[in-house]
Amino acid sequence: MLEATAITVSYGRHQVLDGVSLTVAPGETLGLAGPSGCGKSTLARVLALLQRPSGGTLTVDGQPISRWRHRARQRTSIGLIFQQPRLAVDPRFTLLDVIAEPLRAARRPLDRAHELAEEMGLTGELFTRRPHEVSDGQLQRACVARALALEPRYLVCDEMTTMLDASTQAHLVTRIEAYRERTGAGVLAVSHDAELLDRWAGGNVRTWRHRPDVVVNGSGGRPEGTSRDVSDRRIATRPNAEG
Amino acid sequence: MATTPRQATPDSSPRTWRRARLIETGRVARRSARRRSLALATLAILVLAVVLVPLLVRLDQQLVDLRAAGLPPSLAHPFGTDEVGRDVLLRSIYGLRVSLLVGLVAAVVSATIGGLVGLAAGAAGGPLDRLLMRVVDGVNSMPHLLLGIFIVALFAPSAIAVIVSVGVTHWTTAARIVRSEVLSLRGRPFIDAAVSGGSSRLRIVRRHFLPNLAPHLLLATVLMVPHAIWHETALSFLGLGLPAHLASLGNMINDGQRSLLAGDWWSSLFPGLLILTPTLAIHALAQHLRDRANPRRRSELAL
Repeated sequence: MLEATAITVSYGRHQVLDGVSLTVAPGETLGLAGPSGCGKSTLARVLALLQRPSGGTLTVDGQPISRWRHRARQRTSIGLIFQQPRLAVDPRFTLLDVIAEPLRAARRPLDRAHELAEEMGLTGELFTRRPHEVSDGQLQRACVARALALEPRYLVCDEMTTMLDASTQAHLVTRIEAYRERTGAGVLAVSHDAELLDRWAGGNVRTWRHRPDVVVNGSGGRPEGTSRDVSDRRIATRPNAEG
Repeated sequence: MATTPRQATPDSSPRTWRRARLIETGRVARRSARRRSLALATLAILVLAVVLVPLLVRLDQQLVDLRAAGLPPSLAHPFGTDEVGRDVLLRSIYGLRVSLLVGLVAAVVSATIGGLVGLAAGAAGGPLDRLLMRVVDGVNSMPHLLLGIFIVALFAPSAIAVIVSVGVTHWTTAARIVRSEVLSLRGRPFIDAAVSGGSSRLRIVRRHFLPNLAPHLLLATVLMVPHAIWHETALSFLGLGLPAHLASLGNMINDGQRSLLAGDWWSSLFPGLLILTPTLAIHALAQHLRDRANPRRRSELAL
């Protein structure tokens, strides 16, 4: 279980996330839909252990997280795929370097990078190219391969397919679904595109609302306490202190 | 038969446009290639002269030959002789050797200090960043030639004193460049991706920060070389750099000043040109380096 409870994040005085709870179980695909600027990406960064929230708890397979970024030992068990592949790769790396980076960091054999690249539909002549010499779709394939390199138990896809054409979208989603079925990993698909999520997650979609009573597929209106219930796998926003 | 859009109107077809653009980039590329090879050739000749000539011809720094004083340029003395009969060409080459060496070492010293300060400020952030940047502001607020003179005055006249003086006053530019670059790198998603992929701090500094900083630091160093040469000659000109009897471009121009009034233009013109030429050559080379530093720009250059 990747389990976030009452996560609060503030940038300075501006509160971005206010008591958000969310649970991803191993082997499931959960969609998270919400409008632009509602804090989806921030939540994704918190779930990938890249950002310490100002409040709330996060547990990975029952272990509560107290250290973040470099100090978080479990950070490799959660893969993060970014919205813009162009920004998510070092412009000086070749595609193969990009895919091999986690393998190098973990001192694993680098042959795996070739297999991953081929699985993602990248052909051999692309391996030595640099990011500016390939298309967004090809770059995002490399990013997905990089995220899968260490076989994470959870995968957070932050608007993964937003920049891409329909066929690449479909291909990437298929690969991630295949990975999920093979390894039993939990997948959280974040997007503003509710229709895509609906098809990807087979209806298992949570919708983000900026309302205290919240939630989910029109079934909301429950009391605030239960809406943050772990087993319910729902997202809730806590009422403001004065509200 | 339907015509393809490419054949439709020759003026606006993509092919014409592409060809026009290629011709244009080709012309620009050829011009910059010419400038680059000219700069490289100039620098190569100067460096070879500076390295080889002292091996072949020893310069006696104390030698005075009053019978040959003030001779205009001729075959025996291509740059003429100065007011005490010393060959200007030989002394210029020795002077350039000192200037290039001092310039290079001082530039490396200042870039190293600046790089370390900038990396520390950018990577640590917070109070350390603020403290270091106020020190930078403090050093910058003093005129650096004045500060350099002050530092040189603490030592006996020597090349080391000049290197210390230029190094200690010129690290601030490099520090600012490196700090801002580290700040912008730190917030980029690919650093997040590297952290998420399990990279350690050291690994990120080595694999992401340093390669992305290297071109900026290299460029700052290269551009500092002519600046340091000018400082060395300025200090020597003021009589604060190298001891007066040693051949140095600044000393020579200072000495040549007196004979200039007697009409002996060569004894200050040629050392002056030898300051100007490497400066311009290094600048042209630095421009090329700046273009090469960006991988995206590099493939545009290759078109």
